[in-house]
Amino acid sequence: MDNSFTRLELPNGLLVLLKEIHTAPIASLWLWYRVGSRNEGPGTTGISHWTEHMQFKGTPRFPAEVLDKAVAREGGYRNAMTFMDWTTYFETLPANKIDLALDLEADRMHNSEFDPEEVESERTVIISERQGHENEPMFLLAEEVQAAAFRVHSYHHEVIGDQADLETIHRDDLYQHYRSHYFPGNAILTLAGDFSTNAMLDRIRELYEPLPGGSLPKLKIRPEPVQSGERIINVEGPGDTTYVEVVYHAPAASDPDFFPYLVADSLLTGPSSLNVFGGGISNKTSLLYQALVDKELAVSLHGGLTATVDPFLHTIMATVHPESTAEAVVEAIDKEVSILQKTPPRQADVDRAVKQARALFAYGSESITNQAFWMGYAEIFDNYEWFLSYLDRLAEVTPEQIQGIAQKYMRRSNRVRGVYRPFDRQEIPA
Amino acid sequence: MTVDKSNSFSKSLPGADNIHRRMLANGIVVLVRSNFNSPSVVVNGYLLAGNLFEQDDRLGLAGYTADALLRGTEQRTFHEIYDHLESAGANLHINGGVHTTGFGSQALAEDLDLLLRLLAEALRQPTFPEEQVELLRARYLTSLAIRAQDTREMSSLTFDQIVYPGHPYARPEDGYPETIRAITREDLLKFHRTYYGPRGMVIAVVGAVEAEKVFNTVDGLLGDWQNPDQPVPPNLPPNPAPAEPLTRKVDIPGKFQADVVVGVIGPERRAEDFIPAALGNNILGVFGMMGRMGETVREKAGLAYYAYSQLSGGMGPGPWYVSAGVDPANVEQAIELIRDEIERFSIQAVSAEELADSQSNFIGRLPLSLESNSGMASAILNLERYDLGLDYYQDYPEMVRRVSVEQILESARHYWDLDNLAVAIAGP
Repeated sequence: MDNSFTRLELPNGLLVLLKEIHTAPIASLWLWYRVGSRNEGPGTTGISHWTEHMQFKGTPRFPAEVLDKAVAREGGYRNAMTFMDWTTYFETLPANKIDLALDLEADRMHNSEFDPEEVESERTVIISERQGHENEPMFLLAEEVQAAAFRVHSYHHEVIGDQADLETIHRDDLYQHYRSHYFPGNAILTLAGDFSTNAMLDRIRELYEPLPGGSLPKLKIRPEPVQSGERIINVEGPGDTTYVEVVYHAPAASDPDFFPYLVADSLLTGPSSLNVFGGGISNKTSLLYQALVDKELAVSLHGGLTATVDPFLHTIMATVHPESTAEAVVEAIDKEVSILQKTPPRQADVDRAVKQARALFAYGSESITNQAFWMGYAEIFDNYEWFLSYLDRLAEVTPEQIQGIAQKYMRRSNRVRGVYRPFDRQEIPA
Repeated sequence: MTVDKSNSFSKSLPGADNIHRRMLANGIVVLVRSNFNSPSVVVNGYLLAGNLFEQDDRLGLAGYTADALLRGTEQRTFHEIYDHLESAGANLHINGGVHTTGFGSQALAEDLDLLLRLLAEALRQPTFPEEQVELLRARYLTSLAIRAQDTREMSSLTFDQIVYPGHPYARPEDGYPETIRAITREDLLKFHRTYYGPRGMVIAVVGAVEAEKVFNTVDGLLGDWQNPDQPVPPNLPPNPAPAEPLTRKVDIPGKFQADVVVGVIGPERRAEDFIPAALGNNILGVFGMMGRMGETVREKAGLAYYAYSQLSGGMGPGPWYVSAGVDPANVEQAIELIRDEIERFSIQAVSAEELADSQSNFIGRLPLSLESNSGMASAILNLERYDLGLDYYQDYPEMVRRVSVEQILESARHYWDLDNLAVAIAGP
């Protein structure tokens, strides 16, 4: 893979990353803002995600229906995502139409109106989105487990927000949130595809340099204190299936421990992909799959780390076998973790995890959209070098470091253990 | 300011001049498209062993058989198979469908031979180890318990049941708990022995490989496979459109959202009016953010996070429907709005502008859908599956441009019988 790219900052603070890829006549633009649920507190949970929704309501220059149709008409696709640390908007288009995306993203950085009526109609859409999540037992469990893991830090709440706030956030709250976080100095523009960098930079300067700067509201991130003692969560709901979620407090993406932890997780729960688009691989030879699924304690198992600005969680999720129990699942997880704490894994297993990462990389790099995603994603929590050196840094991980990760992080006192159990039939609320 | 390569690219759209096709002596069709821009390779394909061959009391057998192929072969145990695959960073899955059993896989090009060998062993010499058969059964029963709680899946399943009574399309591919419990290891062996074979099998390989090398490898691994008694899949029985409006609700207590499906029987992929219907569907509930449905149900009424339409015709006449997830209190109102939009769609021609937008969308998105090896592999597999001809994608823009608003209205009228809509609801 050719790794050349251009990275520069405009005078107004906008960070720009460009990568030419000429394999297909496609280009993908991503506009990232350093704002997400991490920037929210009680009373405004979910406001970043709701703001993202309002960014699709149009501006005086590009009314909503014009905007959607203009991209779709060219055969392109567009969407947006809100996460804990970021909100991002993207358009993938035929390369000779990408100017449309550059233009509309520059426009909606400042000119969205947040019409009060549209805010109200979006309120019910977002509550409906939350209800869709609530239909899933794994969401109900994950929400409680995450809240228990973060008593202090704003990673406490889900990106979608709490129902109470979704009912009470006002138009002016949203508009204020928008105005105070959407400006060039808080944004990253990433673009990959079939274009020439110099001509593209001229156009970006033309569209984005005139945009006014801004200043962020004071953000007080309250670090999560070290957890002292296991926290236990029980959730009950409809269904016949029991789920277990075990999470350990894990390092931030820029922490040197993150890479050995990625390999440790790969050994335990299987390889994870950093791709939004592109294939994954199964985890049937991972340690926990063998200990849980092959042994009929669980019917499925997955896990992973999340690359975040502040320390987040290492998650292990299992769907309990109908003939087994949540307790047996947790016991088996503990057993595998304790083996890793006592004995370093074989070098061959570490090499294997690296080869898996290399394959996942190759699958993801086929997509120009993915390539543009990777640049912005990595810049949010570190920088693009993090991504470019990813495979090399994984290859440097030693078996002893992995053992060290298991000892340092995968301790009971550093974790939350959650179980979702079906209601007793009689207890189902009418 | 950008380099316009669309002309040169249109020449690289898949076509007879750049898809290599060979039929092996035993009937297997191999399609290869080289792409040296990425170090990976994708292998997709299918065999004619779908759930059309299942008995009603063994529903789920085709999928169970397909899944179990990778659970042990004469050459390797389950663990050895996955150790090979996962050590190479490759994936391989085999899934039963209605008409066919499909397989899909991805690997670095250096591991293509390994991948094809594992696939050939699984298709030809599976052993169905008893303990693996039971592991799978427990997993299925749990999945079915989860399905019974899933409003989206249950609304879709219920819709199929009321629209296709007595027809194979009414039968869920993953079966029911009682049919999964009834399936024995003998059933799996027999299903494999009887229905798996080279006739009608297609395999598409896309990636950093030369066609000739792929032909030789596949021929070496599968060229001598024979099943002289391999039966031809049964024809689909007729599926009369519903003669009355049908509504069915499945209660799933304790849930926060209901799912609604409103629809009819649509065209099969080979139908003459498929492209007009597909363009119409795009206008009805896909284009931009979910077309007219998204505009009415989500944007204006704020009733749902998703409200879209889908045309799912394949080898046979699949359903054409609108699906939405709504607050249980708003189910009636949402159905009303969906119905109104369907009515407008089926009695009034779409505007010339709407048609032009969707035509442009269909043509413009073609290169995007062919960007990755997996996108290309499924595209060229469809050429064979639906007998479209190797030059289909090169002719496609012209076929799309030729469609008129009258043709769309005609297809909408033909399929959407307003008096006999089927409505399925699943929720609290």
